[in-house]
Amino acid sequence: MAFGPFLLLALMEGLVTAAVLALAASGLALVFGVMRVVNVAHGEFFMLGAVIAWFVASLIPGPAWMAFAAALVVAPLAVAALAALADALVLKRLNYDPEATIVATIGLLYMLQQAALTVYGPDARPVAAPFDLRLQLPWFGYSGYKLFVIAAAAVVLAGIWALMTHTRAGLVMRATQVDRDVARAFGIDVDRVYMGTFALGAGLAALAGVLIVPITQAHYLMGGDPLLLSFIVVIIGGLGSLRGTLVAALVIGLSDGVISMFFSPTLAKILATLLVALVLVFRPQGLFGTRT
Amino acid sequence: MSLLDARGLTRHFGGLKAVDGVDFDLAAGEIHALIGPNGAGKTTFVSLLSGRLPVQSGRITLAGEDITGLPAHARVRKGIAYTFQITSVFPGLSVFDNVALAVQGGRGSARDLSRAVEAALYRVGLETLRRETAGTLSYGHQRLLEVAMGLALQPRVLILDEPTQGLAAGEIGAFKALVRGLVPEVAVLLIEHNMEVVMDLAQRITVLNFGRVLASGTPDEVRANPAVQEAYLGA
Amino acid sequence: MKTWAAHLAVLALLLAAGFLLSPYHMTNLARILVLATFAMGYNLAFGYTGLLSLGHALFFAAGMYAAGLPIWHAGLAALPALGLGLAGGAFAALAVGVLALRTAGVSFMIVTLMFAQAGYLTLLYFNATTGGDEGFALPATGRRLFGADLSTDVPRFLAAWAIFAVTFLATLALVRSRFGRVMVALRENEDRARMLGINPFTTKLGVLTLSGAASGLAGAAYAILFGYAGASFATIQYSILPMLYVLLGGAGTVAGPLLGAILMFMLIEAATEVTSAWMFLVGAALVILVLFAPKGILGALRTRLRGLP
Repeated sequence: MAFGPFLLLALMEGLVTAAVLALAASGLALVFGVMRVVNVAHGEFFMLGAVIAWFVASLIPGPAWMAFAAALVVAPLAVAALAALADALVLKRLNYDPEATIVATIGLLYMLQQAALTVYGPDARPVAAPFDLRLQLPWFGYSGYKLFVIAAAAVVLAGIWALMTHTRAGLVMRATQVDRDVARAFGIDVDRVYMGTFALGAGLAALAGVLIVPITQAHYLMGGDPLLLSFIVVIIGGLGSLRGTLVAALVIGLSDGVISMFFSPTLAKILATLLVALVLVFRPQGLFGTRT
Repeated sequence: MSLLDARGLTRHFGGLKAVDGVDFDLAAGEIHALIGPNGAGKTTFVSLLSGRLPVQSGRITLAGEDITGLPAHARVRKGIAYTFQITSVFPGLSVFDNVALAVQGGRGSARDLSRAVEAALYRVGLETLRRETAGTLSYGHQRLLEVAMGLALQPRVLILDEPTQGLAAGEIGAFKALVRGLVPEVAVLLIEHNMEVVMDLAQRITVLNFGRVLASGTPDEVRANPAVQEAYLGA
Repeated sequence: MKTWAAHLAVLALLLAAGFLLSPYHMTNLARILVLATFAMGYNLAFGYTGLLSLGHALFFAAGMYAAGLPIWHAGLAALPALGLGLAGGAFAALAVGVLALRTAGVSFMIVTLMFAQAGYLTLLYFNATTGGDEGFALPATGRRLFGADLSTDVPRFLAAWAIFAVTFLATLALVRSRFGRVMVALRENEDRARMLGINPFTTKLGVLTLSGAASGLAGAAYAILFGYAGASFATIQYSILPMLYVLLGGAGTVAGPLLGAILMFMLIEAATEVTSAWMFLVGAALVILVLFAPKGILGALRTRLRGLP
């Protein structure tokens, strides 16, 4: 094959990465934006989404699409409920102190990882894709499911955007983001907003986990990479900015796909982590954010 | 000959001209008061002098040396000490440690750390409390500790930001005597609301209003200035 | 004087304990002492100066590889390798600090985390030289110190004890010095410290470098005493471990890291008898500490018993 097909394949794979990443990262960005909490356990919510999807798929008989559809609903809800619990039991009691919540979510990360290892085991297990469709491109066939992932992510993100800009819930969240004391003075139940935001952020990560599991299999350590990449995306996109996060997810996903294809995935990650550190040092508003 | 000299100091916050082209000079050995209504830009102005805020334009010299670009801690080492408006001692450390930090950070070489600390504590009358934890002191004592820390820096210029705020009437008399005892060794820039303290202590007064110098001169001149009376003394 | 006596007594007690324990536990104690040395380095930055880093694994690994690679590739002896480890940790911390210390708080945590992650990935990337994920065993030639074989129980324990003791006493001297007072001042109120003529950036850079030196020394000692170096020591987990020890034992106390390391080891040891879920324990310990005892054990004691350094 010539260079062109490789590039196309790299871009397609990059787009899938970008789509999943955009979902996971927008959850992280939402939590950071509204609550000023850096959730280190975010990758574990992603992992739980995938693992729960496996359990759901193995419990529900019948065609693959039914099991997958059930997982798509059950896993994010279950993870969101868990996150709400973590918020009530831990984060709220820490008064959302930025540094203390980082330490606490690191603790949460370990607990969730161990729980998955104990209950689910150390093996990587696949979940069948809901449908088996190959699209024939000029040079190679491409998985129709991967295109579905891209489309699904786009729909969900559009939904999140509509939620934030066109609904009362979004208004309340944005008000809390600007100033929680003022929001409280205007009668907003800040505690409930925080719990809802944390649950929503975790649910988005879990949803990304469910979408990825037919492609990569579920494993109890799978949360590390998405956590790192989400961090990278959120920071480069400008902490807490949803639009910046989307742009950054696209850039990082595509360049990760391309660099990984032509160079080494490890090198791609080294460059990305260094980029994040330097962005935080020299341009804390992010590459795509504006200084406020 | 002026010790500390500022020309055309400017600092805007968005559209607010907090300090707008202020000229100011502090002579060696004088007590100079800076007054003005709330929001006149006094605190911003001394933040520019002490280096806590960077200037947007203008020039500051200390004994002829340009210090405009120096960071705050370097200015402290050059001899500009600033005591905080809100008492800001290290509450968890002992009185001794609080002053020792100032001795270490200041101009003196301080070979003998404890002697320098004792000397500073003695001047403000806290020598018997050196082992106490600073946070447990009374408010008045914490203010004195703050001054002792300023003195321990061995400054050439001591900026006192609202030093009598929150002091009892009896404490104010002792405080005035303390400040008088500092000159002419140190030049004092006093930001103060209490007019009685200002008129009693200051040899010169500069009045700020809306970020600009409204008047400057001896207490009598300032008192007689009609613009000051109108804008500030509310006559 | 009393303080010095108390800390010397702790060292004597540790030495005696090593010889009273079974060979198995003697080696465990050696491991605890090396990890406590690492945690003491962490404590200088976090406990005394308020720099909450998530990247100390980088400094530990820098020391480990600065010592381990020359031993492996060039047959270097253990003593100069320990020196290289210390220098490697210090240099890594200095380099990270120059950039990371321009930020504070949450940004500082993430920047240090990212640098450490980049360091870990670099170890993997150059796996031909570093041994990558699998790491490498150190040859016996590099595990001899003053004629003793460090792969045997007693010399290994004595070496770990000596390295711990030196760091322990150096920490005590440092925190009781003028510089130690400045460190605490920065932790308590940076703005006020600046107005006392203290340069926050250079002071923190100095602290971080010292902290990196102790971490690097511990990393080098770990490789030499236990005969293995691997990229897993550069993972985030090895940044969390010293933080956990310090939080548990008491941040900003000289003996806190040791206490935390011993307690955490005992906790995991006790739990292994009923379950293998040690990660859960570590996680739960972090959450519980942050929630209920952010000052740690010695920190809580100190607020009652003043004068504990």
